Amino acid sequence: MSDPAATFLGLSAPLWQALGLTVKLAAITTLILGILGLPLAHWLNTSRRRITPFIETLVALPIVLPPTVIGFYLLTAYSPQHPPGSWWQSATGTPLAFTFTGLVIASVFYSLPFAVQPFQAALRSVPVDLLEAASSLGTPPRRVFWKVHVPLAWRGIVAGLTLAFAHTLGEFGVVLMIGGSIPGVTKVASIALYDEVQKMSYPTAHAFAAVLLVMAFCLLLIVTLLQRRRSNT
Amino acid sequence: MTGGLIREDDDTFLTNEIRFAVASPKPTTQVSGMLRFCLALILSAATAQAENKVRIAAAANLAHVIEALTAEFQTANPDTKAETSLGASGSLVAQITHGAPFDVFLSADMDYPRALSANNQADAASLTPFAIGRLVLWTTNSQIKLIDPESALTDSHVRRIAIAHPDTAPYGSAALETLEKLNLTSKLRPKIVIGENVSQVAQFVASGNADLGFVALSLVLAPQLRDRGQWIEVPATWHTPIIQGAVITKKGTTNPKALLFLTFLQSPEARKIFARFGYHVPAQP
Repeated sequence: MSDPAATFLGLSAPLWQALGLTVKLAAITTLILGILGLPLAHWLNTSRRRITPFIETLVALPIVLPPTVIGFYLLTAYSPQHPPGSWWQSATGTPLAFTFTGLVIASVFYSLPFAVQPFQAALRSVPVDLLEAASSLGTPPRRVFWKVHVPLAWRGIVAGLTLAFAHTLGEFGVVLMIGGSIPGVTKVASIALYDEVQKMSYPTAHAFAAVLLVMAFCLLLIVTLLQRRRSNT
Repeated sequence: MTGGLIREDDDTFLTNEIRFAVASPKPTTQVSGMLRFCLALILSAATAQAENKVRIAAAANLAHVIEALTAEFQTANPDTKAETSLGASGSLVAQITHGAPFDVFLSADMDYPRALSANNQADAASLTPFAIGRLVLWTTNSQIKLIDPESALTDSHVRRIAIAHPDTAPYGSAALETLEKLNLTSKLRPKIVIGENVSQVAQFVASGNADLGFVALSLVLAPQLRDRGQWIEVPATWHTPIIQGAVITKKGTTNPKALLFLTFLQSPEARKIFARFGYHVPAQP
């Protein structure tokens, strides 16, 4: 795979590298969203505080915000010339922009609603009496959540995770603004495809676009099947 | 995507809509009325092409000079409107190839217009060099001393050097040639980050995420950036000249205003504007 001239299935090694990087980014982002998103979704569902609707709106914002807005704010925030970017720089010795870590943080923000909203719906769909039955047996709330609530809502949770994964695959605008297109570090599939179009190598662009299309279709098909099954039962 | 997100409420939403459609007295008339309205909207958009207009696709490095140019052009030709779209030259070529309604294409180099002509998407005979770009090193990090390009590039405070995409942006390939000329390519490679075009390189430097960037002189002379940081020009002999060419697109050959604009680009007034915004101008033909 290290020889740039080698091709596999009609795609060159750098393109496969970009694809591998994208899957890695999506997998790590999905993992983090699962760990952070489930408690967040539960809190949003159950909290009666006055601030909750504002947090819920904040979580939903990336659905409607142009990626360039998120990219621009992150670019500003990542700058090592002032906080918070300077804090990160002094703590770790490296700046955040143009790094894989920087992309993961951006993707978590960007894909948050695509995980949290299905999580919320899935958690809400579990009948309250089942949870109350578990609590009345003296199980602590945290244990009820992870051992009863989450397992019962698994179908919607998997749908949310898949959607977050697929959405991270499709990330373009944010990465374009903070990535710096470094092969193997920040040059993800959507950026590599964009570069091929820029170079006017349209046949390569076509092949690559087809691979991404098929991947996205399969992932969304999983989500659809999971949700159909749920609404049928 | 949103379909999946709102599926929870889908059923009620759909039923409401059906109920609404059924309850309305003449559902079919209403639907066809709405269809007709949408069609009228689409048609009005499609026919809104005024004839006294020239549509210009311009490379990103021209972002600031193009405003002054079109203003001057419209003063000289009050009956003609000039509309500009900015983008990376490669993107603009892809758009024109797929039918984007541009009459004139102002590229960052000579190769993209040539490629466009070779694909029968532009009039090869109209290809005109209109400006020569100047490459500068720019920083907003006050710790970096800009005495000469070489010492700036090797300054210990430099962690990231931003350049435009060398495969697609002429300012990017000129930057790579400069590093090659200074024998710094392999030493500095780990520090290099790629911007999609020079404007993005400028963003990286302006925000402080890159310590040093190879940008167009026209960008650092722009009012928004003029007082930010410091810059130093890279000697023009260190890289292939960044000759920027304009061409009339296939669509533009039917619009006489396209030729009018192309002729204007070579006029003394336009050449004065280019010089003021940090470009050299080609020798008069």
